[in-house]
Amino acid sequence: MLKKYESILIPLMAVLSGLLLGAVVMLVFGYDPIWGYEELFYTAFGSVKNIGEIFRAVAPLVFTALGFAVASRAGFFNVGLSGQALVGWVFAGWFALANPDMPRPILILGTVIVAMLAGGIAGAIPGFLRAFLGTSEVIVTIMMNYILLYFSNHIIRDVFADELMKNTDSSINVSANASYQTEWLRALTDNSRMNIGIFFALIAVFVIWFLFAKTTLGFEIRAAGLNPTAADYAGMSTKRTIVLSMVISGALAGLGGAVQGLGTFQNVYIQSSNLDIGFNGMSVALLASNSPLGIPFAAFLFGALQVGSSGMVRAQIPPELVNVVTASIIFFIGVKYIFEQLLKSKRFAKGGK
Amino acid sequence: MTHDYVIEMRDITKRFGEFVANDHINLNVKKGEIHALLGENGAGKSTLMNMLAGLLEPTSGEIVINGQSVTIESPSKAAQLGIGMVHQHFMLVDAFTVTENIILGSETTNAAGMIDLKKATAEITALSKKYGLEVDPTAKVADISVGAQQRVEILKTLYRGADLLIFDEPTAVLTPDEIAELLKIMKVLVAEGKSIVLITHKLDEIRAVADRVTVIRRGKSIETVDVAGATNDDLAEWMVGRSVSFKTEKIAPNPKEVVLSIENLVVNENRGIPAVKNLSLDVRAGEIVGIAGIDGNGQSELIQAITGLRRAKSGKITIKGVDVTHYSPRKITELSVGHVPEDRHRDGMILDMTVAENFALQTYYKEPISKNGILNYSKINEKARQLMEEFDVRGAGELIPGKSLSGGNQQKAVIAREIDRDPDLLIVSQPTRGLDVGAIEYIRKRLIAERDKGKAVLVVSFELDEILDVSDRIAVIHDGSIHGIVLPAETTKQELGMLMAGGHLK
Repeated sequence: MLKKYESILIPLMAVLSGLLLGAVVMLVFGYDPIWGYEELFYTAFGSVKNIGEIFRAVAPLVFTALGFAVASRAGFFNVGLSGQALVGWVFAGWFALANPDMPRPILILGTVIVAMLAGGIAGAIPGFLRAFLGTSEVIVTIMMNYILLYFSNHIIRDVFADELMKNTDSSINVSANASYQTEWLRALTDNSRMNIGIFFALIAVFVIWFLFAKTTLGFEIRAAGLNPTAADYAGMSTKRTIVLSMVISGALAGLGGAVQGLGTFQNVYIQSSNLDIGFNGMSVALLASNSPLGIPFAAFLFGALQVGSSGMVRAQIPPELVNVVTASIIFFIGVKYIFEQLLKSKRFAKGGK
Repeated sequence: MTHDYVIEMRDITKRFGEFVANDHINLNVKKGEIHALLGENGAGKSTLMNMLAGLLEPTSGEIVINGQSVTIESPSKAAQLGIGMVHQHFMLVDAFTVTENIILGSETTNAAGMIDLKKATAEITALSKKYGLEVDPTAKVADISVGAQQRVEILKTLYRGADLLIFDEPTAVLTPDEIAELLKIMKVLVAEGKSIVLITHKLDEIRAVADRVTVIRRGKSIETVDVAGATNDDLAEWMVGRSVSFKTEKIAPNPKEVVLSIENLVVNENRGIPAVKNLSLDVRAGEIVGIAGIDGNGQSELIQAITGLRRAKSGKITIKGVDVTHYSPRKITELSVGHVPEDRHRDGMILDMTVAENFALQTYYKEPISKNGILNYSKINEKARQLMEEFDVRGAGELIPGKSLSGGNQQKAVIAREIDRDPDLLIVSQPTRGLDVGAIEYIRKRLIAERDKGKAVLVVSFELDEILDVSDRIAVIHDGSIHGIVLPAETTKQELGMLMAGGHLK
């Protein structure tokens, strides 16, 4: 019985424990946690604009989380989502900046394809290295984040044509044809930055759910992830499967980057560090236990925290402490393993009676 | 009260929710005896012993040690009471030495609080001399044989002062020589005053060493008797609940054309050293060829090469006239080859997938199981139900994970999947390893039925009884090549044993 609710109960317990720890931290430093959380809640859900902002923040997270989930199912720990998202952003942005006057549907489709290609290639490299040379994907993807970060910055700084640049660090904004923001969504959400990226994200959720639930490729990815020797025995090529799953993973992350770039920011600019949508996407996927259908909900929680936490400053809580509170929630999500064990031992004790 | 028994388990019941694993079981072990605990897979032997080892607590019933009623709530309490368990899967740290493994958790320290390895090594050497447990205390566990690792496990329990040793299916992982050695060690242990519970489903071992035997079936104790007073037929019948035949009935073979032909095959093992050396062998339609040999003489590499899982260095493998030497596993499967791998957990199944998905492992990409890359789960599940029915795979339906099936049922599932594709060549490694007599009987019958349908069957087994029972021809493998081919009717175990060890027939 318990098992059925576990998939909901465990993340819920993680979130509540995180909120509790955050409250303790606020108390210890002399702030009022109830006031703080009230402000968080009201900021997140108190205005149409901020609800729009939540969906704006959710879309890229759904993509990076899906990317992480696909790689995980193949037994590949993709820590390189940040870099894969960044190249998706930069190349999609470049494509949009270079072709400002293309008809809108073609231009949007073009950016989607370019972003997925760029991310897919960035994902294929560590996939290939692991499948054929046995390198550790964790080290390769971590290091590739830096390679792709500086590679992207180099492209923006030294390769972009001067007329595309607003100043040395940022490009001009993309044309209205290329922007993922639309007039009707802006009107609907009181000028928030919510954009069509959220619809792309929901389509991606369905596609990835379908991939694992219904297709032979999804079957092969799961088999290779759960037991590679048995997959080889069954005549599947685990090498091909790993590379393919990393291409899909990177393509999703790349598209997430494009949604962030063309939806939220409208331009391309020099990054000083790895994109946080990469790492937050990992947390989202972990919270959702890599289930494609759980990911939008987990991402929604992250988006709400992100948007709402800015309001905690009104309860006189310094922004640093707000970060500690959100981090403690993420921390408990990371260790949700503890709750799984807790539930298991409880069930065991019950069974023994 | 007299203390005739070192351990008495009185009226023990253990429930897991609805499921009754042990139902009012009684077990008494006399001091200085080897007491066998016999039962099918899943009969409740391990549950019962886990209660002695402090890993589980009984729902009801009483455990009495030397006349004292006790509660064993933890493994450390069990150790305190002098109970030690030698697990089937060794609990050793590969990178540690033998000494380090033995003292792990109860380290001897000197005055400064540092581990006193010298003293520990001396104690272990003394123990191993006393009980004839030959080990090198300074060797790393990773570098010693499986038999030696088991001796380390035994020493671990003795070092902690165990008087009652529980052996959980200790021979499952051993070669015939190592088994003989272990049985000798067990006799030394009881001669030195220890008592032993031997969990097994092998009747020969019971006959060789045990004084008394308790048979349990479906969680109930059926009989406790002196081994000398019971026949193997009795024991098997108590265990399974019906009479069992040890000799599988079969008609004379009718071999036809060569299906599998191996010529001068050389295959390297992982370290790049040849494991199969210039091996040649033919298997014909309508016959079962059994490969007899001691573990590690190239059997695994040979089968992997035939099925495309390992590259051949040189030589030629032909299946139905097609040169498949460098074919991929899938292309070989598609030539109508079925393969039951030696390790069902490592190769044969994906334990976290459902039973139904495991049945689809070789056919998932073909119609009707899938079409244009889209799986048809109602077909997958329907097929699984049909195979579970036909091959008597028992479990709670086709949608449970593969790991929830018992070992025997997992093996039946793998065999069902491979036979169901109606392969012209069926390759089976260790068809009945770890299975009980009922399942063994069934699987051997199915293999012979395939041969009678005119299929070519190649069987690799470390068990000579099995090889003698099912084979029409026996190929003895030694050091990577075929050392002799004999007919089961014209040979004996002794003769096979000699060939397996590299000797020659007069």
